[in-house]
Amino acid sequence: MSWIDIGHIDDIPLRGARLVKTPVGCVAIFRTAEAEVFAASNACPHKAGPLSEGIVHGQKVTCPLHNWVFDLNTGEAQGADEGRIATFPVRLEGERILLDGVAVGKRSAA
Amino acid sequence: MTKKLIVIGAGMASGRMLEHLIDAAPGAYEITLFNAEPRGNYNRLMLSPVLSGEKTYEEIVTHDAAWYEERGVTCRFGEKVVAIDTEKKVVTGENGALPYDKLVIATGSNPFIIPLPGHDLEGVIPYRDLEDTEAMMALGAGKRAVVIGGGLLGLEAAAGMAARGTEVDVVHIMGHLMERQLDEAAGYLLRKSLVDKGIRIHCKANSKQILSDGNGHVRALQLDDGTELPCDLLVMAVGIRPSTALGKEAGLEVNRGIVVDDHMVTSNPDVLALGECVEHAGAIFGLVAPLYDQAKVLAKTLLGEEARFVQKEVATKLKVTGCDLFSAGDFAEGEGREDIVFRDPARGVYKRLILEGNRLIGAVMYGDTADGAWFHGLIKDASDVEEMRETLIFGPAYQGGAAADPMAAVAALPRDAEICGCNGVCKGQIEDAINAGAGDLGAVRAKTKASASCGTCTGLVEQILGATLGDDFVIPAAQSICGCTDLSHEDVRQLIKSQELKSQEAVWQELGWTTRNGCHVCRPAVNFYLLADWPLDYVDDPQSRFVNERNHANIQKDGTYSVMPRMWGGMTTPQELMAIAQAAEKYGATVKVTGGQRIDLLGVKKEDLPAIWHDLNQAGMVSGHAYTKGLRTVKTCVGSEWCRFGTQDSTGLGIALERRLWGSWTPHKVKLGVSGCPRNCAEATCKDVGIVCVDSGFQIGVAGAAGMDVKETERLVDVRTEEEAIEWTVAFVQLYREHAKYLDRPYKWVAKVGLDWVKETLADAAERQALVERFDISQSVYQKDPWAERAKPEVARRFHPLADLTLEAAE
Ligand SMILES: Cc1cc2nc3c(=O)[nH]c(=O)nc-3n(C[C@H](O)[C@H](O)[C@H](O)COP(=O)(O)OP(=O)(O)OC[C@H]3O[C@@H](n4cnc5c(N)ncnc54)[C@H](O)[C@@H]3O)c2cc1C
Ligand code: HEM
Ligand code: SF4
Ligand code: SF4
Ligand code: FES
Repeated sequence: MSWIDIGHIDDIPLRGARLVKTPVGCVAIFRTAEAEVFAASNACPHKAGPLSEGIVHGQKVTCPLHNWVFDLNTGEAQGADEGRIATFPVRLEGERILLDGVAVGKRSAA
Repeated sequence: MTKKLIVIGAGMASGRMLEHLIDAAPGAYEITLFNAEPRGNYNRLMLSPVLSGEKTYEEIVTHDAAWYEERGVTCRFGEKVVAIDTEKKVVTGENGALPYDKLVIATGSNPFIIPLPGHDLEGVIPYRDLEDTEAMMALGAGKRAVVIGGGLLGLEAAAGMAARGTEVDVVHIMGHLMERQLDEAAGYLLRKSLVDKGIRIHCKANSKQILSDGNGHVRALQLDDGTELPCDLLVMAVGIRPSTALGKEAGLEVNRGIVVDDHMVTSNPDVLALGECVEHAGAIFGLVAPLYDQAKVLAKTLLGEEARFVQKEVATKLKVTGCDLFSAGDFAEGEGREDIVFRDPARGVYKRLILEGNRLIGAVMYGDTADGAWFHGLIKDASDVEEMRETLIFGPAYQGGAAADPMAAVAALPRDAEICGCNGVCKGQIEDAINAGAGDLGAVRAKTKASASCGTCTGLVEQILGATLGDDFVIPAAQSICGCTDLSHEDVRQLIKSQELKSQEAVWQELGWTTRNGCHVCRPAVNFYLLADWPLDYVDDPQSRFVNERNHANIQKDGTYSVMPRMWGGMTTPQELMAIAQAAEKYGATVKVTGGQRIDLLGVKKEDLPAIWHDLNQAGMVSGHAYTKGLRTVKTCVGSEWCRFGTQDSTGLGIALERRLWGSWTPHKVKLGVSGCPRNCAEATCKDVGIVCVDSGFQIGVAGAAGMDVKETERLVDVRTEEEAIEWTVAFVQLYREHAKYLDRPYKWVAKVGLDWVKETLADAAERQALVERFDISQSVYQKDPWAERAKPEVARRFHPLADLTLEAAE
C-alpha cells in the first residue's frame, strides 16, 4: 500500500461525500460519522448515478437517481437490487484522510 | 548490600508497582520515593467524587504515612526531581542528590493548556490534582465557572461544580460530547442528562480569548462568534501530554512518551518507567487499567522475573451520578463492519454494538450499562458471537428471548404528552377515557374529541388503545415511514411538536429509531418536520436532503445540472435576459422556456455551478428553487395592467405572493397561479393555490393538481382586498407546512384532513394571524438566496473534487 494524504476530515461534511479523481476514475470519499470514512467508486452500477451525491446513512449510501442502496463496507447493493461498487482502502490518521494510492492505480512511490 | 531503588512520582502507577514489589520481596530494595505533590499516593480517579462532595479526600488516600513507614519507604514528598545523571547513576532533587542502582520514572502527564490569549491569568486552571479540585470546590453557589473541553475530565469537573451550586458552561469544539468515546446518539443522551443538571453545553464552539477583570484575574471566556461567557474560574480540560522532560534531559529515548520495551525498561537498562509518561509500541496511555498491568510487569522486571506488558482494549465510564455511559473497543473507521442498535425511549437507553465478521469489536451504551463488562469481555477475548447475534444486544440475561416492542415509543410517553393538536387532548385523558369504557376509536373520539378534527393523530390514538387494552385491541396496520421505525409520518409529526423534539438525535432516541441515523426515506422527512416546527432551534441539515436540494440545482440524467433563476410572477427585463444569454453562452448551456413562465439553462457542469450563480446574482437574480420541495413559481397573466378583460392587477398580486413565499421549505413542491379574470389564462384553477380575480375581489382556490392527477381547485374563500388574499394564502401554506406528511402535495393532504377542517381553522382570524406570524418567523431564517451563499469561495470549494490523483507530481 502507499497511503496518499488527500485532505482534512472536515473537508467532507458529516454524512456527506467528496470526489477524488484517480487513474481508475472518480472515487467518492464518504464521511459516515465524525471519524469514519469509506472510499468507493462514484458510479452506480445501475445507470451510473453519482453516488457521492446520495444520502449517506449508517454505513450505507443511497444512489440519488433511483435509490439503490449500497453497503460501503462491502460495496454490495442491498435488498432486491444486484450489483457491487468497488471499494478502496482509506483511513484516518489524526484528522488527515489517507487513500491507498496503489488501489486507485497510482504507481507506488519509488 | 540491598540495592537502591529510586522512584520518581508517587502516582497511581508507581503506587501499584510498589505494592507488587514489596509484597513479593520485602526488603529486596532500599526505596526512596520522590513526589512533586506534597503528599503520597491517592486515588486520582476519585478526585471527581471529592469535587462533587460524594467523598472526602481522606477516603481516597491509597497510601498514608503509616503505610510507607511500615514498609521502610523513604518519602521525599513536595520535592521535585530536577535532574537525572544516568552515567553516575545519581538523581538530583530540589533538596539534594541521591545515588541509585535502579531508577523508576513515573511522572505521569501534564495537562495541556491551550495558549489562548489570557491563559496565564489567575483563575485559569487545569484539572489534575488535589489543588485544582480544591480551587473548584471553593467556588460554591452563586459563582460561575467555564470548562473548556467536553471530554471525560471536563464533564466530571463541570458536574462536580454544578453539584455544589456553581453555574457551569461547558465549551466543546466538536459536534457532540466525548466524541472519542461516544457516538452522536449517546452524546445526545449525555448532553440531555447534563442539561437537566443545569449545565449549559456549547458544542462546535471555538474559544478565542480569555478576558481579564483588569486585576489579572479571569472575567470571561470569549468565543469566536463574539459570545462572552462570564466566569470566576476557568477550567481547561483539553487533554494531557506525557511528562517526559526529565527523561529527555537524561538522554533517554523519547517520542511522544518515554519509550519502554515489553519489560518496561527504557533505552537505559537501569532506568525503568511506567504510567502516563511512557510510550509502548507507539501508544500512550490515559486510563488506569493498562497502567496497573504495567505495574505488575515492572515489579517483576525489578525482581529479575520474566514478564511482558501486553496492550488490551480499554473501556470508559464517566463518574457522574445519573450519567450512566459505557464505551469500549472500536466504533469508528474500518471495513466490513455491521451495527446493531437498540433504543428504549422510556428509560433513556441507547445501545450500539459494532461487529466485524463474527466478532464484537466495539460497544457504546447509555442509560443502562449493566452489561458493559460482559460486552467488554466479548471484545477483549474476540469471542465468536455468531450464535447469539440476534439477541446479543439484550445482554447475557436475555440469550434466547425477547425482541423489541414496536409500541415502546408511544407507551413511553408521559401522561401530559399532547396527542391531538387540534383539540388539545393529552395521552392521560385518552387513557382515562379508555379505562372508563371507550373501547375503540369511535368511542375515544366521542368522549375526548382526540383525532376527531383533522384526524392526523389517529395512529397515535390507536396505539394508546393498544397499549392500554393489550390484546383486546387490534391496532390497524398503519404505514410506518420506513424500516427504521414503526411510527407513521403523522405520528412522528405530532410527537415532534408535543414532545418538543428539536434535533435529529432527539427524534432517533425518543422515538426509538432502530438505525443509527435513519435512511434515505425517513431522514429527509424528519429533517423537514424539524425545520418546519422549530425554525429557530433546528438547523437545516443539507446531508439529509436529496441531491437537488443540497446542490440547489436539478441533476439531469447525464449528471449535469440545470439552473433556473427566479422571474417574479413571470416578469423579466432586458437586463435580466441579457445576463441569462451571456451566462448561457459562457457555460455552454441549452436554453429552454419552461411551463412555469421562466427560463431554464440546461447542461451545466457541477464545478461551474458556483460561477454561473455568481454571474446571475450580479445581475440581481436569485434561485428559482425549481428543484425544491418549496415554493416553485407563481404563474400570472397580464391582468388589469394590459388586458381589456382584467379586473385586478393579477401580475402585481402574483409578484407580491412570490416575494413573500419564496425560499420557504414545504412538504412537497408548491405552485401558485393568479388569473386576472375567470377566463383564467394563468391556469390558476389547477394549482396548489390558485387565485382568480373578479370585480368584487379575489376567489382563492386550493388543492388543485395538474400532474399524474388532474384536479380543479376547491374554493377556500372569497376576499375583497389584496392584503386579505395574501394573508389567507400565507396562512394556508403555513397550515400545510405544519401538518402535511412529507411528499404529500396540498391536494393529497387536503383530501386527508378535509377541506372543511382547513376552512374552519383558517376562518378563525386569530389562528390565521398566528399562522402568518409563524410563517414569517420561519422566513426570517430561510428566505435567503441559496446561490449567493454557495457562490462564496469557501463553500464553492465543496463543488470541486477533494483531490486529483491523476496528475503525477513533478519528479
Ligand atoms: C480527575 C481525574 C479523573 C480521572 N478519572 C479516571 C477514570 O475514571 N478512569 C481512568 O482509568 N482514569 C482516570 N483518570 C486518569 C488516571 O488518573 C491516570 O491515568 C493515572 O492517575 C496516571 O497515573 P500515573 O501514575 O502515570 O500518573 P500520576 O497519577 O499523575 O502520578 C504522577 C506523579 O508524579 C509526580 N511528578 C511529576 N513530575 C515529577 C518530578 N519531576 N519529580 C517528582 N514528582 C513528579 C506528580 O506530582 C504526580 O503526583 C483520571 C484523571 C483525573 C485527573
Ligand atoms: C424529476 C421529475 C421532474 C422534473 C425534472 C420536472 C421538471 C420540470 C421543470 C424544469 C418545469 C418548469 C418549472 C419551472 O419553471 O419552475 C416543470 C414544470 C411542470 N411540472 Fe415538472 N418535473 C418533474 C416532475 C413533475 C411531476 C411529478 C409533476 C406532477 C405531479 C410535474 C408537473 C409539472 C407541471 C404541471 C409543470 C408546469 C408548471 C406550470 O405550468 O405552472 N412535474 N417540470
Ligand atoms: S385571465 Fe383574464 S385578465 Fe388575465 S389575461 Fe386572461 S383574459 Fe386577461
Ligand atoms: S413531463 Fe416527464 S419527461 Fe417532461 S420534464 Fe416532466 S418529468 Fe421530465
Ligand atoms: S443509477 Fe443508481 S440507482 Fe439508478
